[in-house]
Amino acid sequence: MVAKPPSVALRDLRVKKRGKTILGPLDLDLEATGFTIVLGPNGAGKTTLLKVLHGVERIATGTVSWSMPRSRMDQEQAYVFQRPIMLRRSVRQNLAYPLALLGRPKSEIAIQVEHWAGRVGLGNLLDQHAPRLSGGEKQKLALARALIRAPSVLFLDEPCANLDGRSTREIEAVLQAAHSDGTRIIMTTHDLGQARRLANDVIFLSQGQLHEQGAAADIFTNPGQPKTKAFLQGDIVE
Amino acid sequence: MNDIWAGLLAGFQLVITLDADLVDITLRSLKVSLSALVIASLIALPLGTWLAIRRFRFRRAAIATLNALMGLPPVVVGLIVYLLLSRSGPFGVLGLLFTPTAMIIAQVIIITPLIASITHQAMRELWAEYHDLLISLNTTNRQRVLTLIWDGRRALLTGALAGFGRAIGEVGAIMIVGGNIDHATRVLTTAIALETGKGDFALALGLGFVLIALAILLNFAIHTLSRTERHDTW
Repeated sequence: MVAKPPSVALRDLRVKKRGKTILGPLDLDLEATGFTIVLGPNGAGKTTLLKVLHGVERIATGTVSWSMPRSRMDQEQAYVFQRPIMLRRSVRQNLAYPLALLGRPKSEIAIQVEHWAGRVGLGNLLDQHAPRLSGGEKQKLALARALIRAPSVLFLDEPCANLDGRSTREIEAVLQAAHSDGTRIIMTTHDLGQARRLANDVIFLSQGQLHEQGAAADIFTNPGQPKTKAFLQGDIVE
Repeated sequence: MNDIWAGLLAGFQLVITLDADLVDITLRSLKVSLSALVIASLIALPLGTWLAIRRFRFRRAAIATLNALMGLPPVVVGLIVYLLLSRSGPFGVLGLLFTPTAMIIAQVIIITPLIASITHQAMRELWAEYHDLLISLNTTNRQRVLTLIWDGRRALLTGALAGFGRAIGEVGAIMIVGGNIDHATRVLTTAIALETGKGDFALALGLGFVLIALAILLNFAIHTLSRTERHDTW
């Protein structure tokens, strides 16, 4: 069971790269619970927003305030990248790695590894060299490696990009189970169908600006902004 | 051509009969070079990895210097170590000159930049691959260095073997600081130099073939033990 997730508030936030503002100015509040999907065209700042929330992106101005101390927050969150990063080790060792960093006992690590490998369908591949897994298997391993620390908040950057339908369905099932267990999930995706299936609430970004934020049901049925509406209709939005 | 055949024959005879002097010299060569390799690796592996993951003001200059030091002339290293360890030098009181310890010190100075530079190159690529994950997992610098060294161990093994190859084949520095004293500091390379000077090319070649065989055998042994070719990975 995960700890109670924290809420977060972003105020007057800007991220700059080579002197150009790529995100912001942005004011955003995210509740402590829920499954948030961040939508927007390429270059909208979705990944940058996730990285800012995760604390690995340098901000030019503004503040990011979690409802728990930053030091504790660092232990309470996990991130799954669009291109899964595999340690050059076995599946078992990849899963064990985050727990070993925390100094957990070997007996506990072994139990958790078996549990999570089974949960994502990699139980029979534990001794396989992780970089040799298929794309879907790698992403499932990355997801299990993120969830094995029982994070309060899980960030996912297009975790199902380039995956087949079966892998996507399996990953979504794991995400919904994690959400049911109390993990706060914030995820970017280009797949509007996936967004409809998973989202409690939606953030729509375009050109680094927050255009719309609200309950998924409201935004998908009655978007308030022309850009959001155009994007949801499949038009090309910049 | 006759000298080469005679050298092969001499080397074969020395090995078959387990010539006492050959065994003594070979063991000393191994002891000195392996000691230097272990010490240099303990310095170079963390240093090369640290240079790969840390950003600091004079990083480029530090890496350029490290690469330049790979080409350190062994004779100059020998001369400097000689001056430092000689009776009038700052470390003369330790009485290390013309001992295997002095030879190890010289070899450590020669091979540390080589191993560190190869380590840096290998770790830079691995760090680019792991960067986002290790940052995301909120790892400490120590955890990052240890992770990179462990996962990049096969590439580092290549660096260590290159260092060993340079150490065991080195003659200039250890001749100066070791003195090539029989039963004390004589190693394969200095023995070869001595026999060549005496005109005994067959024995010199024989020792040379033993040296080459030793380097090849050790490489094979390390590769086999570390299973570098397992699962098509390198």
